[in-house]
Amino acid sequence: MGWVRNLQRELFTKGGVHPPSNKIAATVKIFPGPYPETVIIPLSQHIGAPCEPLVEIHDRVLIGQKIGDSEAYVSAPVHSSVSGEVTGIIGYHHPTGTEVRSVQILSDGMNEVHPSVEPPGDPMEMTPQQIRKHIREGGIVGLGGATFPTHVKLAPPEGKQIELVIINGAECEPYLTGDHRMMVERGEDIIVGARVIERAVGAERIVVAIERNKPDAITLMRELGAEHGFEVAVLPARYPMGSEKTLIKGITGKEVPSGGLPMDVGVVVDNVGTAAAIYDLFYEGMPLVDRVLTVAGDGVAGHANLRIKVGTLVRDVIDFCGGLVGEPGKAILGGPMMGLAQYTTSVPVIKGTSGIVVLRGETVWHREPAHFVCIRCGRCVRHCPMNLMPYLMGSYSDAGMWEELGPLNIDDCVECGCCAYTCPTKNPLVQLIKVGKEGLARQQRKMEELAEEWEEA
Amino acid sequence: MAGKKPGREVESVEPGEEPRLFHIGVSPHIRGKHTTTSIMRWVIAALLPLTAYGVYIGGTDALVVVLMSVVGAVATEAVIQKLRHLPVSIGDLSAVVTGLLLALTLPPGLPFWMPLLGGVVAIALGKQVFGGLGHNIFNPALVGRAVLFISWSEYMTTSWLVNPQAAAVQTSAIKSINAVTSATPLATMGNVRDGELALEASRYCGSLLFGNPWGCIGEVSALLILAGLVVLLIKGLVYWGIPVGYVGTVVALSWVLGMDPLFAALSGGLLLGACFMATDYVTNPMTARGKLVFAVGCGIITVVLRFYSNLPEGVMFAILVMNGFTPLIDRYITPRPYGHKGLVKKV
Repeated sequence: MGWVRNLQRELFTKGGVHPPSNKIAATVKIFPGPYPETVIIPLSQHIGAPCEPLVEIHDRVLIGQKIGDSEAYVSAPVHSSVSGEVTGIIGYHHPTGTEVRSVQILSDGMNEVHPSVEPPGDPMEMTPQQIRKHIREGGIVGLGGATFPTHVKLAPPEGKQIELVIINGAECEPYLTGDHRMMVERGEDIIVGARVIERAVGAERIVVAIERNKPDAITLMRELGAEHGFEVAVLPARYPMGSEKTLIKGITGKEVPSGGLPMDVGVVVDNVGTAAAIYDLFYEGMPLVDRVLTVAGDGVAGHANLRIKVGTLVRDVIDFCGGLVGEPGKAILGGPMMGLAQYTTSVPVIKGTSGIVVLRGETVWHREPAHFVCIRCGRCVRHCPMNLMPYLMGSYSDAGMWEELGPLNIDDCVECGCCAYTCPTKNPLVQLIKVGKEGLARQQRKMEELAEEWEEA
Repeated sequence: MAGKKPGREVESVEPGEEPRLFHIGVSPHIRGKHTTTSIMRWVIAALLPLTAYGVYIGGTDALVVVLMSVVGAVATEAVIQKLRHLPVSIGDLSAVVTGLLLALTLPPGLPFWMPLLGGVVAIALGKQVFGGLGHNIFNPALVGRAVLFISWSEYMTTSWLVNPQAAAVQTSAIKSINAVTSATPLATMGNVRDGELALEASRYCGSLLFGNPWGCIGEVSALLILAGLVVLLIKGLVYWGIPVGYVGTVVALSWVLGMDPLFAALSGGLLLGACFMATDYVTNPMTARGKLVFAVGCGIITVVLRFYSNLPEGVMFAILVMNGFTPLIDRYITPRPYGHKGLVKKV
């Protein structure tokens, strides 16, 4: 296939910024996380329809037991990460800032594994449909943070030929090192998982994408690559290199069409964590009940890469790492560029939580709303990896001129935050763009309703 | 937003107790180090060696011009913001930059009220009437200079020739050719357009580079202007395409029209304008391609004015005219968004 760029050469894409990487935990081995007394497992940890609970209060559940599922196609079941008693099905804080129906389980400390947890057989003998079915049953979603159900991602529609599987180990967010450690410690498992993905989509080629700031992972994966027949693409260490669309452009030179999916250009991108989870599912039988995440930041005593059971409260993880230090500023789930700031640490770790970054008040950016004056320096335009014009979208959104936002292609914005990061006037551009996207959608809905009324009249 | 309260003890929270509240807010949670003020500070730093040398050449006369211009600009900004009941933002140093840039385009030896008035006009008519920082269409410093230039052109073009300090630095040879004919070597070019004289003029490039005594305060040394530009380029504060595109266009067109290219590049206000005026964030286009169009446009207009008008210099009006085209350029020269085939639909 000639259309993948020469991977020996430096890959170039436009835009992006260089925030201080702060990958202090890069040399810290992945360690099992705290054993929680109570877990709170939200029934919606993915993009798509929320699950319905399959258990009732006072039921005894075991590790790997399915406790929630949905009829919808775009959805993923959730499983218990501990053995114990269901003590409630409650509405609870969710990292996205909403209240979500969640299953509260009091652990009995027995670590009893559900009988359904056993390897389903050799995936290399299975049909793509069977692989997807197992992946769905395993509750596997994209672990990079977007939590898109993997079985949907691995199901190209008729006529779409997938040629390339990109395993995303770029990990461009500052502080986060979980993917890095995964590649160093579980490189072979990741490749086996990638082979399963390759088989599920009928691709012929695997490229593992790593930023150049992880030389040990690059060396190791290159060695494995020579052995197992896949390639390693070394990316410049620049945020947002690991963003799906930027990554695809960097490796293949192709652009995912606006509103389209990577499969439109014959590519599937999966995070290294997802590939490892697929390995766990097919070779150990364990559905997605835990994940590796990084605890870092100057607001927390210890830096670590931990394997955390889904549903563990962030509070417990922080205490496990020695608690908070200094004046607390923000507790961020994910990285500091795109993560979600939490007002409380009483939120559960979910499948998409790639890190817990606690930053002190003086490190983190927070400012009371004020009047921000654009000085038209053009940095936001220069650094936008999607080639948009953030300053214009920001000012139109601020003025409530939603109809102007459509021609600016505001829906192509991936909200990576490069514009706001680099803005010298500290204009909250991502916030304005998010508001603008909603305003535009609201207005479009209104126009459609009006059009319908006209037709009826 | 409860994290800022003083005296809160982190360790006092027991596990299980309802934990503290954190700041919330939309990502990104970290920000780059540049602020408006830090950028302005760097621009001032880049201009300082040039200003210092200009004052050294021009003496106290030049110092008065610099001080009056800066004071006029800063005071006007503060007064107008007070009158408009806005927070006074002179702390962001943008008015200082405007005043300094204006002073650098003025000859030493002006009566003190003239740079003061220039500073007032620059901020009042150049900036605040449009709504203040970020909203002005025209480069404020050049607006100030344009008003002075049109109102008191004899001061603006000839007065510094009698400046004793400047005269002392001048070599008598240069003086004999230029002082008689007109104000600057460029004025000679504009009026005479004599091929031989143009070649003659190229001999003075050395002094234009290191210590041009008959220029404005900021035109004393092309080398120091370039040094300032290098500072801004290294700090990533200006786009290289503007000075390169501007000077390149002027050099190429001047060469075609028979002027010594090096002389064309070094003389007059071109370098100062291309490095510090045309690169003004607010009044040039947002995209790299737009900036290039802007720069080339400035270059063409400069050459046209230099060769075919009776003005001694075209840089100021060239930049002001192209400032006027900036909104148009921004409207039609837009980046092609990722995943789109053609250009973005017109806004």
